[in-house]
Amino acid sequence: MIPRWLYAPAAVGAAFVLLPLVAIAARVEWTDLFDLVTSQASKDALWLSLRTSAIATLLCLLFGTPMAVVLARTSFPGQGVVRSLVLLPLVLPPVVGGIALLYTFGRRGLLGHELDVLGLQVAFSTTAVVLAQTFVAMPFLVVSIEGALRTAGQRYEVAAASLGARPTTVFRRVTLPLVLPGLVSGAVLAFARSLGEFGATITFAGSLQGVTRTLPLEIYQLRETDVDAAVALSLVLVVVAVLVIGLARQGRSAA
Amino acid sequence: MNLRFEAVVADRGVDVTLDVADGETLAVLGPNGAGKSTLLEVAAGLLRPDRGRVTLDDRELTAPGTFVPTHDRRIAMLAQDPLLFPHLTVLENVAFGPRSRGAGRRDAHAAARHWLGEVGAADLADRRPGQVSGGQAQRVALARALAADPVLLLLDEPMAALDVAVLPALRQTLRRVLAGRTVVLVTHDVLDALLLADRVVVLEGGRVVEAGPTAAVLERPRSAFAARIAGLNLVSGSWRDGAVGGVRGIPVGPEPASGAPAVAVFRPSAVSVFREAPGGSPRNSLPVTVTDLEPRGDQVRIRADHLAADVTVQSAAELDLAPGTPVVFAVKASEVAVYGT
Repeated sequence: MIPRWLYAPAAVGAAFVLLPLVAIAARVEWTDLFDLVTSQASKDALWLSLRTSAIATLLCLLFGTPMAVVLARTSFPGQGVVRSLVLLPLVLPPVVGGIALLYTFGRRGLLGHELDVLGLQVAFSTTAVVLAQTFVAMPFLVVSIEGALRTAGQRYEVAAASLGARPTTVFRRVTLPLVLPGLVSGAVLAFARSLGEFGATITFAGSLQGVTRTLPLEIYQLRETDVDAAVALSLVLVVVAVLVIGLARQGRSAA
Repeated sequence: MNLRFEAVVADRGVDVTLDVADGETLAVLGPNGAGKSTLLEVAAGLLRPDRGRVTLDDRELTAPGTFVPTHDRRIAMLAQDPLLFPHLTVLENVAFGPRSRGAGRRDAHAAARHWLGEVGAADLADRRPGQVSGGQAQRVALARALAADPVLLLLDEPMAALDVAVLPALRQTLRRVLAGRTVVLVTHDVLDALLLADRVVVLEGGRVVEAGPTAAVLERPRSAFAARIAGLNLVSGSWRDGAVGGVRGIPVGPEPASGAPAVAVFRPSAVSVFREAPGGSPRNSLPVTVTDLEPRGDQVRIRADHLAADVTVQSAAELDLAPGTPVVFAVKASEVAVYGT
């Protein structure tokens, strides 16, 4: 039983979240929708967004999964601090993240000289887009997998070890399958976060069509020159977001 | 394989030394917190003791400067919870050990089918762990442990979480498959100790307080815990003027020296219960307070302080007993066995 008056603020809150979506749908020029989202600039932006977000998600899985395992299964001095710092991008304004990346990988950044020697130019390239997305999306994956690892506990891993399985076998055949739902929903969230990334990207990668101008940047660009196209592309991102949430929910209910 | 075990784990107050002979099943009994789990963790290589040594035949597993990891010890564990891997079928669960040791899929599956057959679970091979009952899951877990071809098997209260209806059949299975293996069985069930173990040790407060062949320990317990699970009353103290702690009895075996530590042991059925001390009786009279009454067939077990008496339902009714009632337990000296500890 919940007090009946709670329904009123709950309804207001729900309306506040849902109304803007309705507003977008209401504003869309449905007849021109197809043409608007298939212009060359839109297609470039969409393709770039999908490509970079997929690579960023892959990088998150590659480095975030081991990070989650280390955080969940070991203890070392300063672990609490490390965990907080890893999660920092969750609360950091993305534009600050972009500046931080710029002064790490940019020409005059911390690693700029070394990268220059290697002939690598990271800032304002597609690589920079991927790095920005990885930076902001990583915590989603780490939090999700670390939670799944803690929930699963170590008892199955101990059982596997007592059956003669080496640590790598235990990780591959027991740990990973057990946390697979958390891994999938973490990856889906990381992909969504990468797809929506704006602030760090525009700061660190700029906005060059086909190279660094992802879908959110394209929408921002069009917002003044071609409102109809901006709204149409926004709708595309809304649809993608809804799909992502559906996938993440499915991943979780499979757990 | 012959297990030699000694370990000190200071922060858990555990200091245990024991041996298990090749092919022997050792039951480890003891109250909660006595150090039974710590013992298993040290043996399995999950816990490094502060001091100690674990040796299987001539192979040192835990020793100063040596710590063989769990997966290299060839010590399999079976716990209260079967812990079948939920994402694998029953067959793949049992094949997990052989595959981890490098067997091919086909050989591993053949071994798994063999062991499933041994524990009477062959028909479960294609099921998922979620589709089998608790008793079946524990059989599968047993097959999985055996399929890993362990040289030592650690059983941690393997039947504690199961429905009583499935226990007799599982005990029979365990009795058959454990025969000839080196096994450490932690249990709190006297039946497990009687039916499965050759020898028992009793742990209390992190120390071995008693050890010996199962029948001897249950017949002549020296610790309060062993007496309790054997269903006997035990009073400990020193032997003086024909009595232990004020309870007169008959020494069995060599008479303890005067002042030496000893125990007086008697059956609950040898105890008569009175509301007031019977006058002029040569019997031991022990004033106690009733703590609990428990029906046992046509008898009632009266628990009072740390002692128990079995009386008929009629006498219990006539005595009008309830928790808190002061009574006198009387027992003939000839019914009390006394021996040194």
